[in-house]
Amino acid sequence: MNDISKTARRYAWIVLVHLMVVVLWQFGVTFSGIPDYVMPTPEATVLSLGEDYGWVHNTFITAAEVFGGYCLAVIVGVSLALIFNWFKIIETLAMPLMISLNMIPKVALGPLFIVWFSYGVDSNILIAFSICFLPILLTMERGLKEVDPDLIDLVRILKASRWQIFMKIQLPGSLPYLFSGMKVAVVLAVAGAIVGEFIASEEGLGYLMLQVQVTLDTAAMFMAVLLITLIGVILYGLVLLLEYLIVGQNSKETSV
Amino acid sequence: MSEPFIKLSGVRKTYKTRGQEFLAVSEVTFDVNIGELISIVGPSGCGKTTVLKILAGIHSHEEGTVSIGNDTNPFDPTKDIGMVFQQPLLLKWRRILENVLLPAEILGLPLKESRERAQYLLKMVGLEGFEKKFPDELSGGMQQRTAIARALIHDPKLILMDEPFGALDALTREKMNLELLRIWKESQKTILFVTHGIQEAVFLGNRVIVLTSGPARMADNIAIDLPYPRLLEIKTHESFGSYTRHIYKHLDME
Ligand SMILES: Nc1ncnc2c1ncn2[C@@H]1O[C@H](COP(=O)(O)OP(=O)(O)O)[C@@H](O)[C@H]1O
Ligand SMILES: [Mg+2]
Repeated sequence: MNDISKTARRYAWIVLVHLMVVVLWQFGVTFSGIPDYVMPTPEATVLSLGEDYGWVHNTFITAAEVFGGYCLAVIVGVSLALIFNWFKIIETLAMPLMISLNMIPKVALGPLFIVWFSYGVDSNILIAFSICFLPILLTMERGLKEVDPDLIDLVRILKASRWQIFMKIQLPGSLPYLFSGMKVAVVLAVAGAIVGEFIASEEGLGYLMLQVQVTLDTAAMFMAVLLITLIGVILYGLVLLLEYLIVGQNSKETSV
Repeated sequence: MSEPFIKLSGVRKTYKTRGQEFLAVSEVTFDVNIGELISIVGPSGCGKTTVLKILAGIHSHEEGTVSIGNDTNPFDPTKDIGMVFQQPLLLKWRRILENVLLPAEILGLPLKESRERAQYLLKMVGLEGFEKKFPDELSGGMQQRTAIARALIHDPKLILMDEPFGALDALTREKMNLELLRIWKESQKTILFVTHGIQEAVFLGNRVIVLTSGPARMADNIAIDLPYPRLLEIKTHESFGSYTRHIYKHLDME
């Protein structure tokens, strides 16, 4: 009972603070006389949805790029981590390479991807993927390794198979690490998709932002940023939900 | 008296790391009868863990013989060892009962019987009612009790304990010592208890094996003639004091 009212109060505060910012924004802009093309009011921002900018289509395109790149990154990142863990020789060879790859600012690869795969949704998915798969790979790889050697000794006495050790100890132990990497990757995937759209594209919210920039429709640019943020928030929420379903509540202690 | 359950004779072990050889254990010789509680005491780094790991079959040794089991008590190295370390090493995503069940799962023992046994063992170590908790929700002492129950789940003949109470505070440790004596009596297991605490070694063991460092050598093998059940006040007895003084001398001289 007490817990529930505490949580409710916390959420109430979060909502309240956000509302306050919106209200301050509205009145601040109205009374300060800042021109609309520099700083639109929240009202104007919402009203921009009425313009014929293909909001729904562009939002779905960007969402598809973000989700596509992200899912690809999870599949490839987790698979590579498993392969590295199972075949030490591959890990020894490939890991230094991965670390170096990690140092490259992936945004800088955007123009190259466009050259290689031409522009469009597919290459934006690849940019989103390339920017966010390394944190997933690296955290999962580390999580699989994070097993106390004494615990390994304990199950070795019992002649535990490689598979048993993997399924009962390594894999469940690595999940909190994986999810911490997956949370970091959400923001990166969104950034990757938008960068792709900035560089070259014919649709998506990033493309739309460049279009309305020309006409100084700042309100629409604000709206686009809000929708991009919303895509990220939804993906983040889904990851949290997945974490809750798979790892459960007892994961709250674990952080990397 | 029948043949001893464990016989170690002239055991020697060197570790090789980066071309360097390091003699960790040399000429360790002792016997253990079934049902004994033997303390192995010695300073840090003297090779106590190494001796246990050789007994557990995790480490090899290059000289001497190790044999476990006799005609009346056959020994299966896979199923007859329960191990407890300084850290409880519980899986934090598993509930207490499921943690205790881990060895049973690995050995493929029948699940229903194992669950019943786990329940019984948790009761024995004083954790009745905590079956559904997660390890984070338990104190260090309670986690170590869980580890002890886990070591007993497959009903092994031999329990190897490597400084199991070393990470606990002094009071909890004394309490766990009493508990261990009770568990030993109830389960009738053969226990090898490694510690660097001389008092703890004398209090628990019906015999104490003293190892001195660099490399681990047997300094002594003393029968502790104090009657069980032992209560904490025996630590103030004259004979308890003379046992501990005797061991201190061994460890100070080298
Ligand atoms: N795997 C290993 N490789 C190399 N040296 C080791 C290894 N394990 C232990 N040693 C060395 O052997 C000695 C005895 O170690 P150990 O048996 O752990 O001692 P204790 O348990 O009494 O503290 C120590 O000096 C330690 O550094
Ligand atoms: Mg040790």
